[in-house]
Amino acid sequence: MLTAHWLYGLSGCLIMTFGLRAVLLNDSLLQRIIALNVMGTGVFMILITIAYRGPDAAPDPIPHALVLTGIVVAVSATALALTLIRRLTEEQDND
Amino acid sequence: MIDTLIWLVALPLASALATQLLPRYATAIVISTAIATSINAAALLYAVATHGVMLYQIGGWTAGLGIALRADGLSALLLMMAAIVLLASSIYASAYFNDNPLRRRFWPLWLLLWCSLNALLLSGDLFNLYVTLELLGLSAVALASLGGKTAALQAALRYLLVGLLGSMLFLAGVTLIYAGYGTLDLATLSRVVAAGPIAWSALALMTVGLLLKTALFPLHFWLPPAHGSAPAPVSAVLSALVVKATFYLVMRLWLDIFSEVVTPQAASIPGVLGAAAVLWGSWQALRAERLKLLAAYSTVAQLGYLFLFFPLLQALPAGAARDAAMGGLVILALTHGLAKSGLFLAIGIIQQRSGHDTIRDLDGTAQRLPATTFAIALSGIALIGLPPSGAFLGKWHLLAAAFSAGQWLWVVVIMIGTLLAAAYTFRVLGHAFGQQPYPRHPVTIAAEEWPALILSAFATIGLGLAGAPVWQLLKVSL
Repeated sequence: MLTAHWLYGLSGCLIMTFGLRAVLLNDSLLQRIIALNVMGTGVFMILITIAYRGPDAAPDPIPHALVLTGIVVAVSATALALTLIRRLTEEQDND
Repeated sequence: MIDTLIWLVALPLASALATQLLPRYATAIVISTAIATSINAAALLYAVATHGVMLYQIGGWTAGLGIALRADGLSALLLMMAAIVLLASSIYASAYFNDNPLRRRFWPLWLLLWCSLNALLLSGDLFNLYVTLELLGLSAVALASLGGKTAALQAALRYLLVGLLGSMLFLAGVTLIYAGYGTLDLATLSRVVAAGPIAWSALALMTVGLLLKTALFPLHFWLPPAHGSAPAPVSAVLSALVVKATFYLVMRLWLDIFSEVVTPQAASIPGVLGAAAVLWGSWQALRAERLKLLAAYSTVAQLGYLFLFFPLLQALPAGAARDAAMGGLVILALTHGLAKSGLFLAIGIIQQRSGHDTIRDLDGTAQRLPATTFAIALSGIALIGLPPSGAFLGKWHLLAAAFSAGQWLWVVVIMIGTLLAAAYTFRVLGHAFGQQPYPRHPVTIAAEEWPALILSAFATIGLGLAGAPVWQLLKVSL
């Protein structure tokens, strides 16, 4: 039986796999970084699904805390990657 | 006594901020932090040896929501090695970057790297390990990009992407673990993990992610450019410590937490990859034209040796033989950390003085920089694994384990790898000697040559002759 719980979890797995595929197969740096973020979203979605404990119970707070931390890490890593790409293009323009 | 745990993380973090705010006093701040943190690491090592496992719950929050720091024999030993390498490299870096505007950006990242490394070694649960892995990776990438040239930036970007992909796979594995067992605490996990699809797929995801970061063959492609184009003290720390941190995690997962789940077939995978890494890395090191690339490929090979222990440790039953092999593994990792950082620091001196690190044009280096050449020779002894180096003890136990487990094939790999290591070391030394007369004073640049010499000497003489406590300390485990 396909409940909402499974729907979210499986979509998370699918999004993660799509992201992983794009990271491995793309050549463009920018696309790879976006793909990593997509992959991260998939993992976060699985984590949020795990937190669900039925319609009456409050969700498990720990996976939620993990997702929040994970988002902060992903944003900082993306910022560093974008800065490096910009410096690389500047260097290549100078050459 | 327990406070050493929190200070090992908090002091480098606070000092990283202080160097950012007071760049004028940065060098003084870094050197005093380095000394204080090394003393702290030694105190922790002593405390673990006398009292057993150390535990600290930050803010009094218990495991689950809170962050617990804990140290056993293995993490205390690695923390001590990291402190020695980072103290020596800090002194070296203060001379290496003299008047360089890079220094301002270098010091805060340097201390941040130290902070995250210590936090990783002290973390007792999977999610904090994920966070510290990311912190370590980000500060390592930022340091590697400091060279600023196109090649360094390209290498740093590839390093970043590989690192992020590795951590994402690790996080996916962590998610599976939480879904399956409802806990992230390592000590609890080691009791509840049972063989089955969840444990296998979680272990597979986390391991692939970590091996990508540890640069095990064939996932090593990013390491030589990244380690080869970074500034010397950064290369030293990346090769000696950063790849060891992820290796430490693989070790914890395979040999400790999931040890019941790992089958002989599964354990032979890291062994086979390790054997390929030994052969391929050593061969590439022998063919390298630049010293830094030689050192980077030698790291690929030396990491391979560490993975050769996996199938043997899996095959040996718990007992004296397995404990001896475990100690051999750790002492090999410690020796490589000290020797490789000494080697990279020495190469940095040659590169700065002669403007290049091409092996063929080293002629006369032994006469111009006798102490530096001696440091390269000493670290070479440790890389080959000649007595009295710590690596000799490590390889001895590796061979002993291969004999007692009846897995003879690894012996051939170890022999060929050792021969190749001897060849690439002597190739460098052969080129370094020239016809010129020797100078009166062997040490010419004290602040840079002494750290390199001390690290190499520690690996070759210190760990070899005084390695016995390693086995004692490893008995203290989580």
